[in-house]
Amino acid sequence: MNQELFFTKTHEWVQFLDETTVRVGLTDYAQNKLGDLVFVNLPEEGDDVTAGETFADVESVKAVSDVYCPVTGMVGRVNEELLDHPELINSDPMEAWFAEIGEVSDKVELLTEDEYDELLSKGV
Amino acid sequence: MGSYVPNTLQDQEEMLRSIGKSRMEELFETIPEKVRLNRELRLPSGLSEMEVTNKVRKIAEKNYVFKTIFRGAGAYRHYIPSIVKQITSKEEFVTAYTPYQAEISQGVLQSIFEFQTMICELTGMDVANASVYDGATAAAEAILMCAERKRRKAVVSETVHPQVIKTIKTYCNSLDIEVVTAPGRNGKTDLPSLENLVDDTTACVLIQQPNYYGQLEDGEEIGAITGGCGAKYIMSCNPISLGILKTPAEYGADIAVGEGQPLGIPLSFGGPYLGFMASKEKMMRKLPGRIVGETKDGKGRRAFVLTLQAREQHIRREKASSNICSNQALCAMTAAVYLDAMGRKGLTQAATLSMSKAHYLANRLCELNGFKLVYPGEFFNEFVTTCPKDVDTISEALEQRGILGGYPLSGENQGHILWCATEVNTREEIDTLIAILKEVAE
Amino acid sequence: MKLIFEKGMEGRGCELLPPSDVPVIEAGEKYRRKSDLNLPEVSEPELSRHYTELMKNTFGVNDGFYPLGSCTMKYNPKVNEDMANMPEFLEIHPLQPEHTVQGCLEVMALSEKYLCEITGMDRMTFQPAAGAHGEYTGLQLIRAYHRSRGDRKRDKILVPDSAHGTNPASAAMAGFTVINVPSTGEGYVDIGELKKAAGEDTAGFMLTNPNTLGLFDEKIIEITDIIHNAGGLNYYDGANLNAIMGIARPGDMGFDVVHLNLHKTFSTPHGGGGPGSGPVGCKAILADYLPSPLIRCKEDGTYQLEYGKEDSIGQVKAFYGNFLVIVRALTYLLTLGKEGLKHASESAVLNANYMMQHLKDTFSVPFPDHCMHEFVVSLEELQKEKGVSALDVAKAMLDHGIHPPTMYFPLIIPEALMVEPTETETKETLDEVIAIYKQIYKEAMSHPETMHDYPQNTVVGRPDEVSAARNPILRYRRES
Repeated sequence: MNQELFFTKTHEWVQFLDETTVRVGLTDYAQNKLGDLVFVNLPEEGDDVTAGETFADVESVKAVSDVYCPVTGMVGRVNEELLDHPELINSDPMEAWFAEIGEVSDKVELLTEDEYDELLSKGV
Repeated sequence: MGSYVPNTLQDQEEMLRSIGKSRMEELFETIPEKVRLNRELRLPSGLSEMEVTNKVRKIAEKNYVFKTIFRGAGAYRHYIPSIVKQITSKEEFVTAYTPYQAEISQGVLQSIFEFQTMICELTGMDVANASVYDGATAAAEAILMCAERKRRKAVVSETVHPQVIKTIKTYCNSLDIEVVTAPGRNGKTDLPSLENLVDDTTACVLIQQPNYYGQLEDGEEIGAITGGCGAKYIMSCNPISLGILKTPAEYGADIAVGEGQPLGIPLSFGGPYLGFMASKEKMMRKLPGRIVGETKDGKGRRAFVLTLQAREQHIRREKASSNICSNQALCAMTAAVYLDAMGRKGLTQAATLSMSKAHYLANRLCELNGFKLVYPGEFFNEFVTTCPKDVDTISEALEQRGILGGYPLSGENQGHILWCATEVNTREEIDTLIAILKEVAE
Repeated sequence: MKLIFEKGMEGRGCELLPPSDVPVIEAGEKYRRKSDLNLPEVSEPELSRHYTELMKNTFGVNDGFYPLGSCTMKYNPKVNEDMANMPEFLEIHPLQPEHTVQGCLEVMALSEKYLCEITGMDRMTFQPAAGAHGEYTGLQLIRAYHRSRGDRKRDKILVPDSAHGTNPASAAMAGFTVINVPSTGEGYVDIGELKKAAGEDTAGFMLTNPNTLGLFDEKIIEITDIIHNAGGLNYYDGANLNAIMGIARPGDMGFDVVHLNLHKTFSTPHGGGGPGSGPVGCKAILADYLPSPLIRCKEDGTYQLEYGKEDSIGQVKAFYGNFLVIVRALTYLLTLGKEGLKHASESAVLNANYMMQHLKDTFSVPFPDHCMHEFVVSLEELQKEKGVSALDVAKAMLDHGIHPPTMYFPLIIPEALMVEPTETETKETLDEVIAIYKQIYKEAMSHPETMHDYPQNTVVGRPDEVSAARNPILRYRRES
């Protein structure tokens, strides 16, 4: 599962850095729907997270959207660059990772890139 | 009966017809019978404007307006420049709503932006919000800003205004934030006791400067104790005093709050008043309530707009850190105009005069038998004395001469009086007070 | 326009205070301010002009049509201002002896009496300073009630998904978990969903009736019964009371606690965002928990402040509430009286229905048969067909000198504009506005591209809100 990229039905991407560590971000579809992002509320290092539950949120001018954690585990590093430059999520969604999560023990249903593309084309 | 409904019954009949109705009752058919009032409201009939003004005036005349006031305790009579009242009664400002449509609300938005700037200047902080209901709720909201998962204890000095403490307790009670009172000693927060109370579960320490008894607290030492356990430092301050006294920022505070009523708002039997909140930049996104920011429009013109709205209730709903919707906009504008009119010189003058008059009052009181300062420390414009006779006797005697004396305290300070003087009190007034007290007390 | 900080000169100011007639005292070194205090240095003429300029860039109810849904922007009577500005009210210290403030206490006692009658409640506090503050207070009463009966597992508040954001936010602040109850397609509370959600852990239900779509929920008794039967209490958000004064009362609909917005229903001015007043009325079962102090009328007809109720939730702010706002509201109540209040509500509902019926041939109105004091219009189809949003339509109205309605609320109607004309608008104004709305719609259909550039004639155009949020500039800083 090294470096493999997966997607969720709630439009997050999940990249496995190794068997039990992942990076999570928002997909291009998500950032496009959300519009210009102005702020990100990231979790803290050491936080416990649960698959399928909110672990972060993103703010646009007029709305807040929850970001759902694809896995159960513990938050390691967070991408503090996003705090000062939330616009990176819009410009470079696949590079703008939110957090690294370790000790991964459970996950939501993960889609391959093809399966995710199919989901989008069906009109999600 | 007035109702401010401009359309006549004839107009209304025409309107009803144009939408296919013949009677007003038809518009209320969706209200089920068993819920209808089906009788008149048990209120008096409406009156003409002249009758209303007579009636309200009669009620107002049952109040007694004191010519001279030596009472503070959270509400202060300062000199209000005429221009303040003139400007804040302009209809455009009075009847405007919240500036959600920035393009036609630049006046309101800019005045709030100016207010925010002035609060930052007064307190030394980086950011301020557009105001909250009053100083007490500002203090409570500041504590909520500091509460975290692992830090849910708020330490509040006993020397903070009792009504502020009550308000804080009400707010913290529902959120399982423990409020611990730090005891006072000799009228100030007791430092060794405070040190024993704080630990790594402490979210914040809150003191008032000057405190309820008028005493000046050891702000730096308290800041050191607070910082030492990793908690946030909240200082509730008197905005007039900041003309000459050290700012919360200079003491190392993280958040400054306070009651803005002294800044041009009349006593008003307690409201509407003005709560201000300001913080260091790092806590900016935790500030509740409205905040105005500067930006540009499509043509590059400077424009002001409500910003950081994603913190607020209309967007975050149950995830908002505060439910506050409105601010005290017109009161904030009042404070801004006051500070504009006074400027640094005027505010410094008001502060110096208030302090000087209070010290003159204290000195003269202490010349009389039976009046002694209860607390030894430095004070700004309020202080506590003993009283040779029953406090009620003194108060009544003063009242007969049109003077509102100091505030009779209770609890540990039963029988003592909290005096206040501001730039409004003349030497003559103070001398007259002393002469009367001399008579009464002897 | 320049900021006040960009005006004036060093050394300018107003001569407001005399020199000291007592020895001058300075603060000790330890307490003295060392940092600069950079306040404006302007003369009175400059200051006066500055605010006149600001005033010209401010649109108030006095400037034109202001139909913000659920805000009730009715006319602010001038007699209210005169009464509130009497020195006998302005100059009263909140801590004066009781016998010297009998006028103030009578104002509050009378207001309590009248407002309790209007709402069907037993007692009232005026301490909350605004609607949201009132909601929070009312929810605290509910919490105290359940706890006093040992019922600690009631930690949920039910809120319709059409509710104003302050409802769930206030519930969260009062320590509750919020459960959202979906509405039916017709915009009413879904009875089935409500029955499912109500249970042993339900502390209460928050509702406004008429609701935020301007519809009166006919099933209101059934709804409040469901909650009562589950052991919970019913909270009435009084924001929409302008539709039913003298016609129906929340106390008769099964509500146990209400808050009012004096700055909406009772004509006190909005002041650019405050001060308002959010008194909370309740049935006798909750009266013991009200914030302290309450007003009590003694046998001899004098009034006193009643403190020390053991079960009181405490205080929600210092002193007694926004007193001068209460004075304005009382003046309004005395002016209108029992007939005037009913007439105001009837006229408000008529004005809204008149507008809605005359607009529905052009605009998409989700609930077109009838409405109460406000109605919702949806621009969803226009958005899909022509790419013109509710925001675009609203901004176009600014160039016509009218204030737009509330945008994007309630959340359950996409591209919503919520219109509440109130009773104080003339028929001619309504006709004018109807014509303007239709004109804008026509333009949106024929020239959708131009719709994104409005407004053109205001002092500034659409501000860049993204930069404002990404890089907040929240104060003026002198260039060094």
